[in-house]
Amino acid sequence: MKTDIVLAGVGGQGILTIATILGAAALKENLFLKQAEVHGMSQRGGDVQSNLRISSSPIHSDLIPLGGADLIVSLEPMEALRYLPYLKESGWIVTNTQPFVNIDNYPEMEKVEAELARHPHVVAFNMDEVAKEVATARSSNLVLLGAASPFIEMDPEKITEAIAAVFGSKGEKIVESNIAAFREGRVRATEKM
Amino acid sequence: MKTKRLLLGDEAFALGAINAGLSGAYAYPGTPSTEILEFVQKDPVARERGIHSHWSSNEKTAMEEALGMSFCGKRSMTSMKHVGLNVAADPFVNSAMTGANGGLLVVAADDPSMHSSQNEQDSRFYADFAMIPLLEPSSQQEAYDMAAYGFELSERLAIPVVVRFVTRLSHSRAVVECHDEPAPENSLHYPANPLQWVLMPAMSKRRNRQLIADQESFERASEESPFNKYIEGADHRVGIVASGVAFNYLMECFDGNPPFPVLKISQYPLPKKSLRRLYDSCDSLLVLEEGQPVIERQLRGVFDAGKKIYGKLSGDVVRDGELSPDAVRASILKVRPDVKGLSEGAIHGDSDVVVSRPPALCPGCGHRDVYAALNAALAEYESPKVFGDIGCYTLGFLKPFSAIDTCVDMGASITMAKGASDAGQFPAVAIIGDSTFTHSGMTGLLDAINEDTSMLVIISDNLTTGMTGGQDSQGTGKLEEICLGLGANPAHVRTIDSLPKNVEEMKQLFKEEIEHKGLSVVISRRECIQTARRHAGAKKA
Repeated sequence: MKTDIVLAGVGGQGILTIATILGAAALKENLFLKQAEVHGMSQRGGDVQSNLRISSSPIHSDLIPLGGADLIVSLEPMEALRYLPYLKESGWIVTNTQPFVNIDNYPEMEKVEAELARHPHVVAFNMDEVAKEVATARSSNLVLLGAASPFIEMDPEKITEAIAAVFGSKGEKIVESNIAAFREGRVRATEKM
Repeated sequence: MKTKRLLLGDEAFALGAINAGLSGAYAYPGTPSTEILEFVQKDPVARERGIHSHWSSNEKTAMEEALGMSFCGKRSMTSMKHVGLNVAADPFVNSAMTGANGGLLVVAADDPSMHSSQNEQDSRFYADFAMIPLLEPSSQQEAYDMAAYGFELSERLAIPVVVRFVTRLSHSRAVVECHDEPAPENSLHYPANPLQWVLMPAMSKRRNRQLIADQESFERASEESPFNKYIEGADHRVGIVASGVAFNYLMECFDGNPPFPVLKISQYPLPKKSLRRLYDSCDSLLVLEEGQPVIERQLRGVFDAGKKIYGKLSGDVVRDGELSPDAVRASILKVRPDVKGLSEGAIHGDSDVVVSRPPALCPGCGHRDVYAALNAALAEYESPKVFGDIGCYTLGFLKPFSAIDTCVDMGASITMAKGASDAGQFPAVAIIGDSTFTHSGMTGLLDAINEDTSMLVIISDNLTTGMTGGQDSQGTGKLEEICLGLGANPAHVRTIDSLPKNVEEMKQLFKEEIEHKGLSVVISRRECIQTARRHAGAKKA
């Protein structure tokens, strides 16, 4: 198996948690993994992305080539569109539709939605709302991970175990809430595929 | 036994060093090098052994501390971002003259593309300049393995060894195979040749001749290095020299099997014999290296008389910014348009809906209130100039504040404001963070104090080293004493809490001190919102 993912969002939204969980699952499954992330100045409210590559054979580059990503997984709709040139022809976009507006010239939402709709392989819904419904407002990233999971060749139970391991130190309640968010995200995505 | 761990390049190296018998790590935070010392601070073996891992005041003090530990026979390392090596350049270059006793690794993490830096300088020039060996890992596994290898090399050749990281290795995670049993630390023992540690002319002259003579053994070590690899290829129309992470991008382009002969470079000085072998067997060379054209310049020379060499200097490889699989692919296609097996590249173009989203000061950050007050205070002057510095508060340059006129290097706010004031500028204001102040601001402040220069220095104290993620700041709790101890006039060293409700008061304070014909220091203080949240979370738990 080989899945190349561009994770996108705005600094502070929590995309690195998704990478941490998938990393823990991949390590346990004895898979190869490379994950390039951004630290430092750009983290402060700017656009952030992480290249996550999971494979059953060795991976050469830490960066995904243009036209090479199987998935764009984004916590923010405009940020999903920023990385379109990295998407494969057959690739999928899985994105939250709730905009994060911290700039004056944020594009009109209709334009963002129209651009997303132009792509044949998109799973887009308001993950902030789903997170509030089934878990807590802070779990949108776990809803997103759930929504992306049908496109990653990994046993969802293994990802659930990784969630438990990553959040284990924060107590059972938080683990359960995050797993609920993950499962609901997966269900919603499967409906839309 | 070996275990597998998922580690950043920085962390893999730190763990490799601990497992190789490290006794002391010295550093000042700087992206992308910060996680090296942070890992040592958290590692259970390092804690149990009491391996030194306290932050240093700056890269120069860190380098000297590591050198002192090496003098006593123990394995030490110092880590910094590329521009940090400028600060440490004096002890670094002179450490080539003293040599090393205990293994000494100097880690410099370069930041091509300037993700969080002010220039793209390439640390390989420094190693060449100081005439000392350099290692350049291409993967996280090599980063881990090179720590033990580097210590042995440093002790065998009796010389410090530079380890060059780049952002994409420092901040990328991969599965790394690690040893389970850390090697013992060295015991205290002194240099076999103590005279070369006293760099007075008579000793230095002798030592310099030795260092020049040693270049041969350094080069032999590169020829024999397990990290430099010659890989045969069938198509000899071009031979490829690929160093560090550029090697990964090359392999990515051809899925591990390039049709051309390849020389992978991960240890310097350059292995001339291997390069000669590649050159002789190919019609031309393509040089792929992350950063500045260090290898290419050496191969090309001034006269550029031999076979065709493709690289950054010839315009065949992108000259600025970091490399990527795409940049390497484009260069290969430029050099050999008929090459088979490369990927297609982008299918979708850039979306025209997307706009840029620059970083900004956090909501609730005290620097915001300082800039609001400062802008209000300066609004009454015709041509105020504000000299900025390196840290989160550099973001005050951006809208809505647009509050600073310069940002150059650590500490330059105070000294440039002084030079401006000397030139007749009024008002001249310096704004500097607490950690940057103790890094390189204190000595400049002494200049201004000694001449009672008419200027305002604002120390925006957030009780941490914020931009790099909240490391301990060396001046916390003693900034007033430092200023007074340097001789500042107590009537003009003033402190205020940088809170939204104090903006008006802060504005008045700034105005009074701008009007004072002499040096003033205002310390505006409020804990970083990010570290405050973490501290609150830790209390709750």
